[in-house]
Amino acid sequence: MYLTDEQQAIANGEKGETMARVMKTLIMYGETFGADKMVPVTSQYNHLVTSFGLKMMGPVFDLMQQLIDAGAVSQQEFSVDPRPMDPKVPANLLQKFIFRNFMYSKQADYENQLKQLGLMNDDAFTCACYFDQVGNIPKKGDYLSWAESSAVVYANSVLGARCNRNSGIMDIMGSIAGFVPHFGLLTDAGRKATWIVKVTCKEKPEAQLLGSAIGMKVMEEVPFVTGMSRFLGTQLNEENKAYLKDFGAATASNGAVGLYHIENLTPEAKELGASLVAPGAKVYVIDDAELERVKQSYPVVWKDPNAKPKLCFVGCPHLSLEQLVDWTKNLKQGLAESGRKKVRIPTVFTTAPGVKQEFEKTHYARQLRETGVILSCICPLMYMNNPLAGKMPVITCSNKLRTYSTARFYSEDEILHILTKGGKG
Amino acid sequence: MREFQGRVIAPGTVTAPALVSHGGLNTLASFQKALQFGDKKATCGDQNNPDLYNKPMKGKALCLPQTIGSTTGGMVLYCACAMNRQPACMLFSKPIDSLAAAGSILASVWLDGINMPVIDSLGEEFLNFVKDGMTITVGADGRVIVE
Repeated sequence: MYLTDEQQAIANGEKGETMARVMKTLIMYGETFGADKMVPVTSQYNHLVTSFGLKMMGPVFDLMQQLIDAGAVSQQEFSVDPRPMDPKVPANLLQKFIFRNFMYSKQADYENQLKQLGLMNDDAFTCACYFDQVGNIPKKGDYLSWAESSAVVYANSVLGARCNRNSGIMDIMGSIAGFVPHFGLLTDAGRKATWIVKVTCKEKPEAQLLGSAIGMKVMEEVPFVTGMSRFLGTQLNEENKAYLKDFGAATASNGAVGLYHIENLTPEAKELGASLVAPGAKVYVIDDAELERVKQSYPVVWKDPNAKPKLCFVGCPHLSLEQLVDWTKNLKQGLAESGRKKVRIPTVFTTAPGVKQEFEKTHYARQLRETGVILSCICPLMYMNNPLAGKMPVITCSNKLRTYSTARFYSEDEILHILTKGGKG
Repeated sequence: MREFQGRVIAPGTVTAPALVSHGGLNTLASFQKALQFGDKKATCGDQNNPDLYNKPMKGKALCLPQTIGSTTGGMVLYCACAMNRQPACMLFSKPIDSLAAAGSILASVWLDGINMPVIDSLGEEFLNFVKDGMTITVGADGRVIVE
């Protein structure tokens, strides 16, 4: 891999042993994947995946401290994934004790490290950092050093930025050095589609289900999706951005997709059209029956598959302002139809702190509170990521949460029905 | 006995018993419980991996196609190495994925005295041939002997 004089000097230790190790890490990473050079990180902000002071991550916190002590801090301010705890979210006494005193006992210490390393602000905790209310929105063509899989696929696909599916820690290494190795999704060749996905569904497919089907089929490859103009049109409006956020998160978690193109909609597909498709691309046709097959294939890993749900999470990835308003309207209507005032099971909607603040200014905030739904900025995955939560029958319309936890997937319509009309009166 | 040739990602030599996963290794799901709750054998906690679930991973020659799951995977692997609960080596039939690569590179650069050779691109036939308990010998040049 070609290195500039500056990069070689850093690798040789001119800026100290710690910076030399940072550069060596990036060089080895690049050489593993055939990178030809390093390119400068050009986004205004970085985004880190590690938001949780999980006790088992002690070696990571030691490494972070080593970086801080050596002055090897990020050259960019950054946002970070959501916090793992919120006292408003239902948990029994044992769960609360274990969360606070055992699993996430390092949370305060770790957040202090994040501030020293360059955290944007105290509210910069969300997986959807690209929301207007958060303000970490890369420009088309920007090179990034992000790791959160749902944010990476959104930045690549919807914003046209360039980022590989990096691991945690590798994200901050690139930001500290100011360079990332040039390979994979940073290159024109790596952004070509090797799958054509033809969507022939009769009605607009649910984003989280369509993304799941595509992710499981193409895994880490790049799909070019056709047949969606009938449902999405050709403009990246707020509704479509929210749809693609959820779609992308499902492709990234149910598979390992880092970039997708939607014909006539996403920026590179609009600009380059079918020339984005590589020769010999494979074809996957998705109709309503295929989506139903995929949905039915999800295992139910509850101890008692017939258990009554004890908790519902909506918002993984975090809900946009428009989604919060839509869910509030739909809940209100559904409850009115069933003659009820409160949702049938404890329910948590999750969103970014900045979005929550904006939502609280609207009259919908009071309406949502009246339904009994809790609005939080927690990470549902981190909440579920322990043996105690694993025993709880939790439902969700997030295919990412389903994949990484014991939560059971239902479509948005099914969730709405369960929340407003399910259970005993 | 069969010999396979792969590419060296993290150098080193080792001999260890094989532990085989035919599906992708979900690093977070596999290691989290062991790292969180002090299991020194690093018993696999991923219920969705029938090949590995409830089997100790520490000290084994872990044979797999690639890793899958959360992008925290690399740092989970790094933590396993730092806490001395890592496999003896990791042997990938496919080209290594970015998360496993990150974990093994971070361990190699930032942790002193860690010997966890990582070899990739060993081919599909490697995973078809190797079975749990077979003896694996990894050479410094990426040669893997299975017997």
